[in-house]
Amino acid sequence: MSEKSAITSAEVAHLADLARIAMSEEELSSLTGDLNTILANVARVSEVATEDVPATSHPIPLSNVMREDVVGETLTAAEALAGAPAADGDKFVVPQILGED
Amino acid sequence: MTDLTRLSAVELAAGMQAGDYSSTDVTRAHLDRIEQVEPAINSFITVTPDAALAAAGEVDRKRAAGEELHPFAGVPVTHKDLVVTAGIATTAGSKMLADWVPPYDATVYRRTKAAGLPLLGKTNLDEFAMGSTTEHSAFGNTANPWDTTKVPGGSSGGAAASVAAYEAPFSVGTDTGGSVRQPAAFTGTVGVKPTYGSVSRYGVIAMASSLDQVGPVARSVGDAAALHSILAGHDPFDSTSLSGDVPDFMAAAREGSLSGVRLGVIKQLVGDAPTGGVAEVFRAALDVAAAGGAEIVEVDCPSLSFALDAYYLIMPSEVSSNLARYDGMRFGLRVEPDEGPVTAETVMAATRAAGFGAEAKRRIILGTYALSAGYYDAYYGSAQKVRTLVQRDFARAFESADVLVSPTAPTTAFGFGAEREADPMTLYLGDIATIPANLAGIPGMSLPAGLSDGMPVGFQLLAPAHEDARLYRIGAGLETALDAERGGALLAQAPEL
Repeated sequence: MSEKSAITSAEVAHLADLARIAMSEEELSSLTGDLNTILANVARVSEVATEDVPATSHPIPLSNVMREDVVGETLTAAEALAGAPAADGDKFVVPQILGED
Repeated sequence: MTDLTRLSAVELAAGMQAGDYSSTDVTRAHLDRIEQVEPAINSFITVTPDAALAAAGEVDRKRAAGEELHPFAGVPVTHKDLVVTAGIATTAGSKMLADWVPPYDATVYRRTKAAGLPLLGKTNLDEFAMGSTTEHSAFGNTANPWDTTKVPGGSSGGAAASVAAYEAPFSVGTDTGGSVRQPAAFTGTVGVKPTYGSVSRYGVIAMASSLDQVGPVARSVGDAAALHSILAGHDPFDSTSLSGDVPDFMAAAREGSLSGVRLGVIKQLVGDAPTGGVAEVFRAALDVAAAGGAEIVEVDCPSLSFALDAYYLIMPSEVSSNLARYDGMRFGLRVEPDEGPVTAETVMAATRAAGFGAEAKRRIILGTYALSAGYYDAYYGSAQKVRTLVQRDFARAFESADVLVSPTAPTTAFGFGAEREADPMTLYLGDIATIPANLAGIPGMSLPAGLSDGMPVGFQLLAPAHEDARLYRIGAGLETALDAERGGALLAQAPEL
């Protein structure tokens, strides 16, 4: 892990794209430095995480949490749409999703 | 006349039951206090005086009519602005939700309403609960009531400051890596992170779902127990909610005992990490506990040296996933790009660029990296294994101690802007004592140990999962011993605002 080459500004730009956050060059460059500092520190986890140690995904295990399949109280369409940036009737209005070509 | 804002929640409840004053009197006194000190403190993002007085009036009417009321009915409360409240703006401290008015109530808010607790307002926080100073709020800084040039801690900084500044007797916060306990430590108040899953998170804006927990902030262990009792319990709307009876936290706090209690000092957290003053105050509190009949033992938790690393992989990973919902489509901010095509994709990118602050972006990107193909096993997977090691260390430590203790934070509150000077990892180190409890899911409490250079130092107690009542029993015993030693509550030494 420790030999892994440092993360580059281009990689951060790719991550920002994946995370759908538009970023300026300055932001990308300062974030690249931060990420390298953080990753250099946290990469130590792989040293102690040996094969024989099981992973814990949830601190207090619970299983099969179900409820009865009955109709409950839910928001009305008007309530659900009340906070929408744009709505039309009982629908959310969103920008164009598919490209034109 | 008595200043009602100086009374404890337990005293206020008793006074209202005895008819000495009404909930309207109590609520009005706190609203006046808020008006007086908010210019200096800024604990609140939103103050809700009309709703508070309406709720107080309703409690008074019911009491006059002889209707049955919750014992704490009429005692006002604040909620961190991460708890959604129908019809009342809920911002999460972010520009993303600056104008969002939720259509439903979080369960913890429903519970305080059902108990008849008037809501005074919504308190300030680091954006989406990410930070340790409340400086990452889009709604300005909150000041520490002990020294208004210093931070109150975070992310529940507004919650802790509202209680320390006598703006509210009860406050509801959230703790993902110490966000209730650390601000409690910085402000000389009592903060509790309950056992994971024991308080509902339905309607509490999610940060890192395997770590998040809602908890009480108050000025005494007994008051924290009272609020915790109101908040706790199974919620069918939260699939991580534990079932089973809620222990009697108030009885545990009233019992308050140190005699024969084994306090396990965590070697890794008390070694050379805390600064001189904090270590001295902590050790002095241990001496008081020992004089009160507690046995002090040392426990070894070697995996804690990796806990911070694991946390800073798990938390951002879960943050990157939870914050994906802020896409400008269904609620919250929507921003169109200045140039280029306007598509769902470019609107999402422009919205998230404008809506999130620097720390939120940093954590989203770090999480996106840690979860990406090729790195998942090395980072997120390894971090989850460290979690198992931390749980094992704690289980072993609890064989020789009833509670595990350490300073809550390695320093006292620092000045505004101090964190901008430091690299992110140095800042993250401040959470070293609080994070392990979130990784392991166990409950923790911070209570005031004493002062270092005039600023409060927190004393942390950790108990095994489901043993939250033990924190109240031992915490109350320690609080009584410390109060006797210094001649009253620590908060009484805070300067007048």
